[in-house]
Amino acid sequence: MIAYILKRLSIGIATLIVASIVVFSVLEIVPGDPAQLMLGMNATEDALAALREQMGLNQPLVMRYLDWAGGLLRGDFGQSFTYSSPVIDLIAERAAVSLPLAVIALVMSTAIAIPVGLFAASRRGKAGDAVAMGAAQFGVAVPNFWFALILIYVFAVWLRLVPAGGFPGWEAGLWAGVKALLLPAIALALPQAAILARVTRSALLEVLGEDYIRTARAKGMPRRSVLWRHALRNAMIPVLTILGLQFAFLLAGTIIIENVFYLPGLGRLVFQAITQRDLIVVEGVVMLLVASVIIVNVIVDLCYALVDPRLRTR
Amino acid sequence: MTMWKSVLAATAMALATSTAAMAQRTDLVVGVVLEPPHLDPTAGAAAAIDEIVYANIFEGLTRIGPSGEVQPALAESWEISDDGKVYTFKLREGAKFHDGTDFDAEDVKFTLDRARADDSTNAQKGLFEAIETVEVVDPATVTVTLENPQGSFLYNMGWGDAVIVAPESAETNKEKPVGTGPFKFDNWAKGSSITISKADDYWGEPAHLDKAEFRIIPDAAAAVPALLTGDVQAFPQMPAGDALPQIEADSRFEVVIGATEGETILSTNNKKAPFDQLKVRQAIAHTLDREAIIAGNGSGYGTPIGSHFSPANEAYVDLTDTYPHDIEKAKALLAEAGFEDGIKATLKLPPPAYARDGGQVVAAQLREIGIELEIIPVEWAQWLDQVFKQKDYDLTIVSHTEPNDIGIYARDDYYFQYDNPAFDKVMEELEVTSDQAKRNELYKQAQKIIADDAVNGYLFQLPKIGVWDAKLEGLWENSPIQANDLTKVQWAE
Repeated sequence: MIAYILKRLSIGIATLIVASIVVFSVLEIVPGDPAQLMLGMNATEDALAALREQMGLNQPLVMRYLDWAGGLLRGDFGQSFTYSSPVIDLIAERAAVSLPLAVIALVMSTAIAIPVGLFAASRRGKAGDAVAMGAAQFGVAVPNFWFALILIYVFAVWLRLVPAGGFPGWEAGLWAGVKALLLPAIALALPQAAILARVTRSALLEVLGEDYIRTARAKGMPRRSVLWRHALRNAMIPVLTILGLQFAFLLAGTIIIENVFYLPGLGRLVFQAITQRDLIVVEGVVMLLVASVIIVNVIVDLCYALVDPRLRTR
Repeated sequence: MTMWKSVLAATAMALATSTAAMAQRTDLVVGVVLEPPHLDPTAGAAAAIDEIVYANIFEGLTRIGPSGEVQPALAESWEISDDGKVYTFKLREGAKFHDGTDFDAEDVKFTLDRARADDSTNAQKGLFEAIETVEVVDPATVTVTLENPQGSFLYNMGWGDAVIVAPESAETNKEKPVGTGPFKFDNWAKGSSITISKADDYWGEPAHLDKAEFRIIPDAAAAVPALLTGDVQAFPQMPAGDALPQIEADSRFEVVIGATEGETILSTNNKKAPFDQLKVRQAIAHTLDREAIIAGNGSGYGTPIGSHFSPANEAYVDLTDTYPHDIEKAKALLAEAGFEDGIKATLKLPPPAYARDGGQVVAAQLREIGIELEIIPVEWAQWLDQVFKQKDYDLTIVSHTEPNDIGIYARDDYYFQYDNPAFDKVMEELEVTSDQAKRNELYKQAQKIIADDAVNGYLFQLPKIGVWDAKLEGLWENSPIQANDLTKVQWAE
């Protein structure tokens, strides 16, 4: 088990190093001079030169990479060109929105998907299955920004239950914050839940065809107990894999939803930073996302071991 | 008994809230599309900075008013020497910065010297180039000596890039702006909103609003519901998209279509063949159908222009008929220039809808006379690099939003690559003229020269689509300068 964890961790660290080189070099190739972008069309040549000097853009590429990577190790993500405040502070502020949003959406999608998947699998081929899977198909097909707009018009403009967008900040109180994240979380969770429900159903059906299920039924175990105790647990591995992928997607892929609800999250930050050529912020956020994907994958691997005892002894 | 108590309490509550609702409202949420990168107008070109701080938080020696006129601000009055080189400013006494320090002549000297220093990162450093010395006479008097007379000096000092900052706070203005205006900075929730509130002991007429919030809403799809729910009460520049008719039909809102300083033009590379030939450029000018381009520019609004000048300016002349829409004439001109078989060229389009959507219409129109344009969408960063800096382009569409910027046609090496000594001469004369009537006359000549030369395809003045609660008063109809001036804004009783 420990060797297993160590192996996963070292692969993770190697991936991080490679990713840092790739991220840094790709962003260096992207055309556009950050100084010119900040000072605009009327900037004089010496004002531009002064700004480049200030931003440290005059140093050689390798030096800048080593500076940056060394900083990352010490937890120093550098200074934003445009906001002129530490990148780590910017990320922390934005993560305070994106992380809870992703967690709420993940909990919602799991809470919807697993029961629906179970229900559909247990009624395979019957009307209930057809309705549940039809709904799931619809959920997969609906674009989430469109669904988000419908939610806004119904719940904010028409019923006035929640604000149409924006985020008051956690200092405005827990409920005010959660309320602002509710619609975006639903908009994010629905397509995820649809995918997850389909995966749960098919994984369950596969397991239900196994010999040991037949044996359990044959020894007189009730259908429901077989489903919960034997089938669901064994069907969890593909479900967990999808969940792990989805969390990374939720954290990184909220750009559209954050724009529709004008939430100050990580997606918005990275989008703004790209258009303003605030490269150091882009690099910081991308590295953080890479790290979080790796960490989530390690956690998922550990969860495999939880649901499947055979992996623990390996 | 307890029941009676609660009924009483409820009635009292209801009364209290209804009287509160009847009192004049003093808060406002303004929607803005772009978040400023920081809040120091003296260290960045982003219009989003001025749209928060100009006139609200920061003030200059002079300021630009709602119709583009120069008004006194921190300079109460001024005298200009006969040779037009020495400006003596009499400063406002009793003005204070929001951190409590006094405003005086030293702050003016500090600001102007800082903006023109070698290591200055002022985005409009050119505004200060003519200054030779800045001298403090006494705490309330400053003289500025210019190297040569500059007719636009007072106007220049009204730009957001020329606002007065204090030495104590200049370095931290990006995060925590400290100015002398009627509003002081409160809080900036990054990515979300910026809050300002009424400043204590303002030297002039205090603001009507106690508190204003600029909420950042980048998306049209989000802006419309925010307005409909009342979360946001004003969008000085509404990203309405196709929902505008729906809002116009709603009596709760007022929709005001004003003018900006944004001349939207088909910029042409005047040194690149075949666009270096006057006949080719004239052919393009004869082909462009401005009404159709405006209809397809994303908002459907805009005022046709025939030169590089704002119709809101008093020196404007209507030159839209210099080259009237005439396809046959255009084809003939193209043939005369030796291009009977047509021309192949590229059209680089930056992200705004006026360019991306308007560009499709322009390309379709030019196809009629045999000019085939390959459309290349570019991002702003690429546009600045390829088009603006390296001049690697044939045609592009862009809105020049700096106020009163016809002078760019006299610049060496500007990206149009236009070069006409006659035009340069008019600009030189303008520089040394301070009489307004004479200046207007020179501006008219300048407009005419570039229109005749068909330097660029002149399309339309970018509209300012303002949408706000019908009970709001005092918001600007036009934007002669990048600003959302809230100093006179109030709720109707």
